Amino acid sequence: MPLLTVNHLRMSFQTRAGTARAVQDVSFQIERGETLGLVGESGSGKSVTCYSIMGLLPRPQARIEGGQAIFDGADLLALPPRELNRYRGRRISMIFQDPMTSLNPYSRIETQLMEPLLIHEKITRAAARRRALDMLSAVGLPDPSARARMYPHEFSGGMRQRVMIAMALITKPDLLIADEPTTALDVTVQAQILELMKRMRQELGMAILLISHDLGVVSGFCDRVMVMYAGRVMESARTADLFYNTRHPYTRALQKSTPALQVKGRELYTIAGAPPDLLQPLPGCPFAPRCEFAIEACARAEAIPVEVAPGHDSACLRVQKENLPL
Amino acid sequence: MPPPDLHLDEKSASFWQDAWHRLRKNRLAMFGLVVVAVLALLCGLAGPICGHIIGFSYEQQNLALGPVGPNHVHWLGTDRMGRDMLARLLYGGRISLMVGLLATVVSLFIGVTYGAVSGFAGGNVDMVLMRCVDILYALPFTIFVILLMVFFGQNIILLFVAIGAVQWLTMARIVRGQVMAIKQQEFVEAARALGLRRRRILFRHILPNLLGPIIVYATLTVPEVMLLEAFLSFLGLGVQPPHSSWGVLIKEGAEMMEESPWMLIYPAAAMALTLFSLNFLGDGLRDALDTRGSKE
Amino acid sequence: MNDLPKSAPPLLRVQNLKTHFPVETGFLVKRSAGSVKAVDGVSFELGQGEILGLVGESGCGKSTLGRTILQLIRPTEGDVLFAGCSLANLDGGPLRQARASFQMIFQDPYATLNPRMTVFDMLSEAILAHRAVPGSELPARVNTLLQKVGLPPRTRGKYPHEFSGGQRQRLAIARAVAVEPRLIVADEPVSALDVSIQAQIINLLARVSREMGLALIFISHDLSVVHYISDRIAVMYLGRIVEIGPASRVFEHPLHPYTQALISAIPIPDPIREAQRKRVLPPGDPPSPLNPPSGCPFHPRCPHAQDRCAREVPSLEPFRNPNHLASCLRTKEINSRETISH
Repeated sequence: MPLLTVNHLRMSFQTRAGTARAVQDVSFQIERGETLGLVGESGSGKSVTCYSIMGLLPRPQARIEGGQAIFDGADLLALPPRELNRYRGRRISMIFQDPMTSLNPYSRIETQLMEPLLIHEKITRAAARRRALDMLSAVGLPDPSARARMYPHEFSGGMRQRVMIAMALITKPDLLIADEPTTALDVTVQAQILELMKRMRQELGMAILLISHDLGVVSGFCDRVMVMYAGRVMESARTADLFYNTRHPYTRALQKSTPALQVKGRELYTIAGAPPDLLQPLPGCPFAPRCEFAIEACARAEAIPVEVAPGHDSACLRVQKENLPL
Repeated sequence: MPPPDLHLDEKSASFWQDAWHRLRKNRLAMFGLVVVAVLALLCGLAGPICGHIIGFSYEQQNLALGPVGPNHVHWLGTDRMGRDMLARLLYGGRISLMVGLLATVVSLFIGVTYGAVSGFAGGNVDMVLMRCVDILYALPFTIFVILLMVFFGQNIILLFVAIGAVQWLTMARIVRGQVMAIKQQEFVEAARALGLRRRRILFRHILPNLLGPIIVYATLTVPEVMLLEAFLSFLGLGVQPPHSSWGVLIKEGAEMMEESPWMLIYPAAAMALTLFSLNFLGDGLRDALDTRGSKE
Repeated sequence: MNDLPKSAPPLLRVQNLKTHFPVETGFLVKRSAGSVKAVDGVSFELGQGEILGLVGESGCGKSTLGRTILQLIRPTEGDVLFAGCSLANLDGGPLRQARASFQMIFQDPYATLNPRMTVFDMLSEAILAHRAVPGSELPARVNTLLQKVGLPPRTRGKYPHEFSGGQRQRLAIARAVAVEPRLIVADEPVSALDVSIQAQIINLLARVSREMGLALIFISHDLSVVHYISDRIAVMYLGRIVEIGPASRVFEHPLHPYTQALISAIPIPDPIREAQRKRVLPPGDPPSPLNPPSGCPFHPRCPHAQDRCAREVPSLEPFRNPNHLASCLRTKEINSRETISH
C-alpha cells in the first residue's frame, strides 16, 4: 500500500477579490522510500497542495473543499488538530524555502532541534541533546557541540537549511515534504544541500516530496515527477520518462524554456501569455490558451490525468486520444 | 507580438480611486465617515439649528428652571443654569471639532516639514533633528501647555497652537520614518539612476507616496487632540465660559452626575461616538491606502 | 558573437575599482572595525554593443559592482571611464547629465516603478530627463517605447499595480531605454520572474541591445541564463573577477577552480546526465567579505590549493586564448587535461 495517497484534493482561497481555486482535483501517490517531485510555476498549486496535507493553511481564508489525503490508513484531512499533531513532526516533516525566516530567531539551535523529540517521544533531555548533536554532525555541520548553543542569525543560509533538515529528520519521519528547499540558496550551496538530502534518504529511507520550479533539480533527485499547472496535475511519470518521453505540451514547453537546454544565438523559446488568473473559472484545460497544440475541444473538456503509458499519466486530451508528437 | 495577457482591457483606476473603492467596502470605516460628517454638519450649522429648530441659544439662561431632564421643550434637558443642553452640545461640538482639526493642521505643517527634511537629508542633519525631537518628547506635555496657558492667557487660538505644537513631534517621527522607507525603495533609486534632479525626486516620487500615511495619521491625530482638549477643559485650562466644548460639558456633567445624569451622558456619548468614528475611519483609510497589496 | 577590432576604443573601462563599506562599532564614540570589501579591485573593458555577463554567488559583489559602475554607489578607489570620460571624478550636475548614457534595470519588478505614476507620466519623465521634447511629441514617443517592449500603447494610462511582474519589467526596460543610453546594467532582471516569463524578458533584452546597439552588463547568479545571452562572461568571487572570457569558452572550458565548481553545481534537466555527473563541490560557505582570506580568496575551499595560494594573490592571466583569463596560480596545471564533465 502506498505511504501517502491523495485523492481528488480540492482547495480554494477566499480573497478580497473573490474565490481563488488554488487546487482542483489533484490525485497522486507516494510509495515508501520514494522521491516524488512536484514541479510548477507560481500559481500552479504545488505548495498549497502540500500545506493542505499538513494542515498548515490559514483557516478562515483557505478552505479544503474535498478530497482525501490518506497517510498509512488515516485521512489527514479529516483528523482533528490533536490527532493531526501526532503525525506532524513525527511521521511527516516539512522543510521550507526561506532559511532566514524558518528558524526561531530567539531560540538556540539545540533547543529547536530537541523540541520535536521532546514533544513526540518519551525521552530525557540529556538523551534528546545527544541525538540533536548526532543529527547536527550527520547533516555536516562542523563542531556540533559549539554550534548547537548558537542562535540562527549566526549561521549562513546553507547552514540554516542544514539545521532545518536536521530538525525535520530527527524524529525519523516516514515522509519529508520539502518546499523549494534550495531556491533561496546559491547554486553551489544548493548542490551541497541536495547531496545531503540524498545521503539522508539513503541512511533513513524516508519518502520525499520535493516541490520545485526547477526542472534541473528534480531531474537529478526524484524517482517520479508530477507537473502541475493552475491547480491541476498535467503530467506525472517516472523522471526519465517525463524528460525523454514527454507527454504533455506544458511539460514540453517548460523544458524548451529552460535556458540551460537552449542554443546560444537563437531566440529563447517562450510560452506566450501568462499563468491564468485563479479567480476566474477556467473551463476545460487551463493551459489551452497558451498551448500550441490546442484544439477547440481543449477549451471544453476538463483536463483529467489518464494513463497514456505504463506508469505515465497525462491530462492532455490530444495525447490521450491521438498520438500527439511532442 | 504583445503577449495575450492579463486584464489590461479593464478601466484603469488611479491609486486614489482604487483606495476609495476599498474604503467603501469597509463598513466600519464608512460608518465612521458618515457619523463624523453628520456631526460636523450639525455642529457647523449650530447657529441656524439653534435659531430655527430648537429655539434656544447656548447662552440663554433660565435660572428659574434649573436643571431639568429631557422633555418636549428642551430635548436633551438643561444644565444648572437652565441653558438648553442640545444647543450647548452643538456649539460645544463645534469648538471641539474645530480644535481637533486646527491643532492637527498645525501639527501637520510643522511635523511634515520637519520630518521630511530630516528624512530626506539623512546623515548628521537627520541625527541632530531627531535628537531634538527626542529631547522635546521628554518634556511633560501637560505642564508645558499649562505654562503656555498661564503665561499667554486663555486664548482659544492659543489653545490650538499649543496642542499642535506638541503633537507635531509624533507626526515628525512618523513622516521621517516614512520618507526613509520610501527613499530605500527601488523606484527612488531608479529615479536617481535616470538622472533626475533631487527636487523632482522629492516632489514627484517621495511626497506623493507620503500622502497616504500622512492622511491616515492625521485622521488618527484628530481624536487624540480632541481628547487632549477635553482633558484640559476638564482641568479648567481649556475653553472658558461662555464658550464651551464637550470637555467643559463633561466636566460640568461630572459634577452634577448624581442629580442630573443627562448633563454627563449626552456630551460623553457625543465625544465617544466621535472618537470611535474617527478611529474607525483612520483604520479604514490605513487599509485602503496600503500599497503593499500590489502583488496581485 | 563578435570580436571587436582592437582599434575601436572601449565604451567602458573599469580600472581597479574598489568599493569598501566601513564598519563601525561603538556606542557613542564610533570606532572603525574594518570594512566590507564588497568590490576589491575589478578591471575590465566593455565594447560598444557588447553583452557582458557578470556571474557569482551571494556576497561576491556583483550587484555592488553594477551600482558602482553607474555611480549609484561611489567607489572607494579606482575609476570608471565611460567613452573616455572619468566618472569617479564627476559630481553633482555633470554626473547627473552623464547618466543619460547609462541606465540600470533592477531586480524586483514590484518595487521598481513609482506606484503613483501612470505609465505615460513615467515614460515622459524619462524621455524629458535629459532632453527637451515638445509636449505634442510625447504621446507618439511613449507609444513607440511601449511597442518596442511589447506592450500595447493603450496601456499608457494605467498604473503599475495593474501589470504583472513580467510586464512591469518590460516597463522598466522601456524607462531605461527612453533616455537612449549606450550602456545598460541589468541587475538580476529575471530572477524574480517565473521560468516561462524569464525567457520573454531575456529575449526582449537581447533584441533591444541588438537593435539599439546597446552594451549590456547582465548580472545574474544563474550561469545558464548568462551563458545564453552574453558575449563574454566574468565570474566574481569575494569582490574580484576570477575568470573572464568569451561566453562559450568560459562555460565549456572553465579555467578557474571556482568557475569549474559553479558549473558542476548547475542542475541540468536531463536525468541521465545528472546521474552521471561528477560534481566538484567546494566545502562550506563563501567567507564573509569583511574578513577575506589571505592570498587567493578561494584557497580555503579550493580542491587544488597549495601552500603558495595562501600567500600570493593571483592576477588575471590569459591561458590558451588571449581573451580568456583566469586569476589562479595553478591554471596551467589544473587545465592541462579536460577535467570538467557536464
